[in-house]
Amino acid sequence: MSPKIDKDTVDRLAHLARLEFNETEKAELVQNMNRMLVFVDKLNELNTDKVEPLIYMCDEVNILREDVMKVTITQKEALMNAPQKDSDYIKVPKVVDNKK
Amino acid sequence: MNIYDKYETVIGLEVHIQLLTNSKAYSSDSAEYGALPNTHVSVITLGHPGTLPKANKKVIEYAVRLGLALNCTITRENMYARKNYFYADLPKGYQITQDKTPICRGGHITIKDKDGNERVIHLTRIHMEEDAGKSIHDQDPFDTLIDLNRAGVALLEIVSEPELKNADEAYSYLSEVRKLVRHLDICDGNMEEGSLRCDANVSVMLKGSKTFGRRVEVKNMNSIRNVKLAIEHEIKRHIDLIEAGGTVDQDTRSFDASKGTTFSLRSKEMANDYRYFPEPDLPPVIVSVDYIEKIRSTMPALPDELFNKYKKELHLSDYDASFLTESKTIASYFEDLIQKTSNYKAAANWMMGTVKNYLNENAITIDQFPLPAHQLSALIKLVDDGKVSSSVASQTIFPALIKDPGQTPLKIAETLNLIQESNTGALQELIKEALQKYPDKVLEYKNGKTGLIGHFMGEVMKLSKGKADPKVANELMKKELEK
Repeated sequence: MSPKIDKDTVDRLAHLARLEFNETEKAELVQNMNRMLVFVDKLNELNTDKVEPLIYMCDEVNILREDVMKVTITQKEALMNAPQKDSDYIKVPKVVDNKK
Repeated sequence: MNIYDKYETVIGLEVHIQLLTNSKAYSSDSAEYGALPNTHVSVITLGHPGTLPKANKKVIEYAVRLGLALNCTITRENMYARKNYFYADLPKGYQITQDKTPICRGGHITIKDKDGNERVIHLTRIHMEEDAGKSIHDQDPFDTLIDLNRAGVALLEIVSEPELKNADEAYSYLSEVRKLVRHLDICDGNMEEGSLRCDANVSVMLKGSKTFGRRVEVKNMNSIRNVKLAIEHEIKRHIDLIEAGGTVDQDTRSFDASKGTTFSLRSKEMANDYRYFPEPDLPPVIVSVDYIEKIRSTMPALPDELFNKYKKELHLSDYDASFLTESKTIASYFEDLIQKTSNYKAAANWMMGTVKNYLNENAITIDQFPLPAHQLSALIKLVDDGKVSSSVASQTIFPALIKDPGQTPLKIAETLNLIQESNTGALQELIKEALQKYPDKVLEYKNGKTGLIGHFMGEVMKLSKGKADPKVANELMKKELEK
């Protein structure tokens, strides 16, 4: 089977996920991802023409919640896992430059 | 011919309204604006693995309410979808929205064009989604600060068809949307605080062309006026570009309110590949006919309906009717008032004159107005019965009533000795007295100088200390002079 994933696909996906790879890693990813597709391709051997896509694992509907506010965690807890923070905010690298 | 007249503009608006719910769209943390950063959060909002969202009932209710008000078709079987993109203020890496099954389809908003004619602007869809957090780029020199209080707050996105023809129509469309969402009590409509936001898709083409020009999306306009300015700027920019032999780039731009211009946000950040797929964590929501009818039965009268009622049934002018329906609170006060008086024109005049001035001078809204409608209707009756003149009612009794809202207008008029003299016998005496003072002038009047009646009336008013009912006195005076 011809490979479906090439370096361009990896570049595009990497950009969408904001990840960076070097050339060796990219080559590895091309291989890995193609292997995954081949694996999943196995499912295409079945004829699913008359099968509705399965989205939900149960057939319950209208599982809704009343509009009631609840406090479950504190600000301190909220910030606990942030790699970078100050007392109030999560800090991330600047994603826009301020020069307009 | 002006080069700008060679082109026509096509505008579509995407309006996001933040819903007035207590909790967020898919989690129970507070949706309130203005709290300390990162205090209104939960593990769901923070996108922690293994957490499960649960949809807020109120969001469905508000979406149906808006859909009914805008004559949309309500989608019976609703699914949620994930819109995937990577950004620091979107902790999950996707926004929960609706893709193929927006809760409302079709519908329309009626606006007035610049000549006052009605124009129907069709809607594509309204769907439910959640807001992202807030990125603050200008407070820290090195980093962007993230506040996730807003992340997950319930939004409805209203998408119009590209049918608006100019910036003024966009202005009018947005004003209508804001009036309506406020009226329905589903959004506070505050653009400065971002609870109502608008993105404009603008393109220009030569008049009569069948193909739309290249489309530019403009964002970040924090008032209805700025939406208008941004669109005007874009139209001019596009035409200038085309006239100079260039082309318009498909682009997303931001409005700079200080310069009145737009600048490109074009960058790799904007790559539009959202890879929508159904959100498996939220089961479908089925909206039944019973449910829709239940919501319909609790809908308030809409501004448009009230406008037509005021015009057609109460015979008020366009101007009066539009003032009275501009805000829900004014409309409901007026509705209350017209239950209590049938002098609709007087009721409208009070609202638009004395009451409005009082609200403006004290910088308060009608909710804080101290007089209940029955007091105002009693005041109207006092004037209609000829007990006081309308100027005495608004200038003297109204302020006294505000100071002492427990008092009745009649009582105040009596206490302040303001009841007009309309007792014909008493007035007759005063008229005779006045005329006796000026026998020469009475003669002149009888010889045709009828303008002198004003002079006699003045004398009567003086004698009555301003309490003579001018209408009655005038008629009696004429009769007396014609004797």
